Amino acid sequence: MVGIDAKGWHYRELNETIWKAVGEGENEIIVENVCGQRYIGAGLKRKVKILLNGVPGNDLGAFMDGPEIVVYGNCQDGVGNTMNSGKIVIHGCAGDILGYSMRGGQIYVKGHAGYRVGIHMKAYKERYPVIVVGGFVRDFLGEYMAGGLILILGLERDEDGNVTGDFVGTGMHGGEIFVRGPVEERKLGKEVKIFEPTIDDMNRVTPYVKEFCDLFGYNFEEVMSEKFVLLKPYTHRPYGRLYAY
Amino acid sequence: MPYSLSSLIPDKHFRVPSACGVSGIMNTSGERFSGEVVVTSMSVMRERGNGLGAGFAAYGIYPELKDYYCFHMLYDSAYAKKNTEEYLANHYEIVESEPIPTRKNPRIKEVHILWRYFLKPKFPETVTEEDFVVSTVMFINEKIEGAFVMSSGKNMGVFKGVGFPEDIGDFYRIDEYKGYIWTAHNRFPTNTVGWWGGAHPFSILDWTVVHNGEISSYGVNKRFLESYGYKCTLMTDTEVIAYLVDLFMRRFKYSPAITAKILAAPFWKDIDSMPEEERLLYSALRMNYGGALLNGPFAIIVANRNMMMGLNDRIKLRPLVAAVKGDFLYIASEEAAIRIVCPDPEIVWAPKAGEPVVGVLRSEESVSLKV
Repeated sequence: MVGIDAKGWHYRELNETIWKAVGEGENEIIVENVCGQRYIGAGLKRKVKILLNGVPGNDLGAFMDGPEIVVYGNCQDGVGNTMNSGKIVIHGCAGDILGYSMRGGQIYVKGHAGYRVGIHMKAYKERYPVIVVGGFVRDFLGEYMAGGLILILGLERDEDGNVTGDFVGTGMHGGEIFVRGPVEERKLGKEVKIFEPTIDDMNRVTPYVKEFCDLFGYNFEEVMSEKFVLLKPYTHRPYGRLYAY
Repeated sequence: MPYSLSSLIPDKHFRVPSACGVSGIMNTSGERFSGEVVVTSMSVMRERGNGLGAGFAAYGIYPELKDYYCFHMLYDSAYAKKNTEEYLANHYEIVESEPIPTRKNPRIKEVHILWRYFLKPKFPETVTEEDFVVSTVMFINEKIEGAFVMSSGKNMGVFKGVGFPEDIGDFYRIDEYKGYIWTAHNRFPTNTVGWWGGAHPFSILDWTVVHNGEISSYGVNKRFLESYGYKCTLMTDTEVIAYLVDLFMRRFKYSPAITAKILAAPFWKDIDSMPEEERLLYSALRMNYGGALLNGPFAIIVANRNMMMGLNDRIKLRPLVAAVKGDFLYIASEEAAIRIVCPDPEIVWAPKAGEPVVGVLRSEESVSLKV
């Protein structure tokens, strides 16, 4: 285990130090006083654990392939940008474009998240990205989503009592969004419909709910006692006819 | 002009995916604090700019001369300065005339004469004093070759140029001023050239705007403003926002909240589902002021002597975070930019798209008392 004090550090200095420690075989890195440093954990390929105290900068864990990052604080925009595998756990809230173009691994957020959660997320063969948000999310959830799983638990509602914002799943053409609590039909993008999840569907999300509860100390039965809805596109090729005259 | 096309080519072809950064700090009881704080706030968002523009707006910095309009000027030449001074002398009593104090900074290349005047208008009875000052600014920017007004309000000023915020702050000796509102900008020009006058904040009277994003409706907004006598001359889209807030908040006396709903109007589909009274109001605003609707991605911080407002575009294409601690309101592009100067705010939140965050000065007297 190695400890780093990032106070006053530029992101390059911090990330070089982390890479060096990982290169020297460290398996656990704790960083104190993180404040806005970008690209932490970006491109790392080893299964190391990185603990961050503070608010990391944009693109946390971008292109990451294996590590586990735990944040004790809020996160900014672009967490898990194009992440390939690994895990990011946020004991706070997340900003916009959480899991942008994510293609594998898991992101768990205890609190709420911003706009465009899971934008351009995709799955391929054994790669299956998962985002779990404990609170609410803002507009454009799952925008242009192509694959993977998004789970919004609604344990904290927004100022109007909603779990999601407007324009849910706009441009979505693959993957699934599960929302615990109601979603109004008028808030859906035109490519998406509301489905009642089957037992098989729920079996697919249960392990991630369990993991969320274990990570942040929630009661699993209580969380599962509320009704979930499943949102998914009803056509695989929403724009298939766009250029067909 | 001190700019040749070839010197602007790096700006034209050098692109890295990034965005501008903004930060605003206000003490709502009017207590003044050093500009060093806002420079520190900007320092963690260095990557949001590329060194082609930075600037600061400061309120409460000239308490001894607070009754006079302070013009911060950019001149290309001594000739432009002479012409401007002749014009000013005809219409104003020039109470003070001095260079804006600067400090040598190895990374700032000075290309302009930077000057400030404290002015008392000799205005005709047919117009208000403020309209008279606005017309002066429009005249100088449009008609006097090589002269540009950075700011023209009372007890406030804009300091801007080409460089990173820490360097521009150091160059203008921002740490030596004390204000109760500070806004700042780190520029990453994408559509227009990186020149001193094109750096943010943009200002008219004591209105200032810092902006991250781009105003795709610039042409429409410019024509809308022209019909009210505003001339857009500074080659940057943000200029229209400064004039729009002057028009709506000063001339039309609309509240910040209503102004926000003109600039970032609700969608028609949302207006249609509003209760009758609101539906009529928002329909009327959209129909009358369609030319003032700002299209495109933006996060802005607007300020004047009484308030500071943060606002996003309607679909949140640029980030904005706000926080409160005691009498302080913080608004910035990134949470880290707030935490670096206020590690433990009482509340931190990301304002919803199109929903303004407004900090209002408790009373104007509280400012002058603390001078």
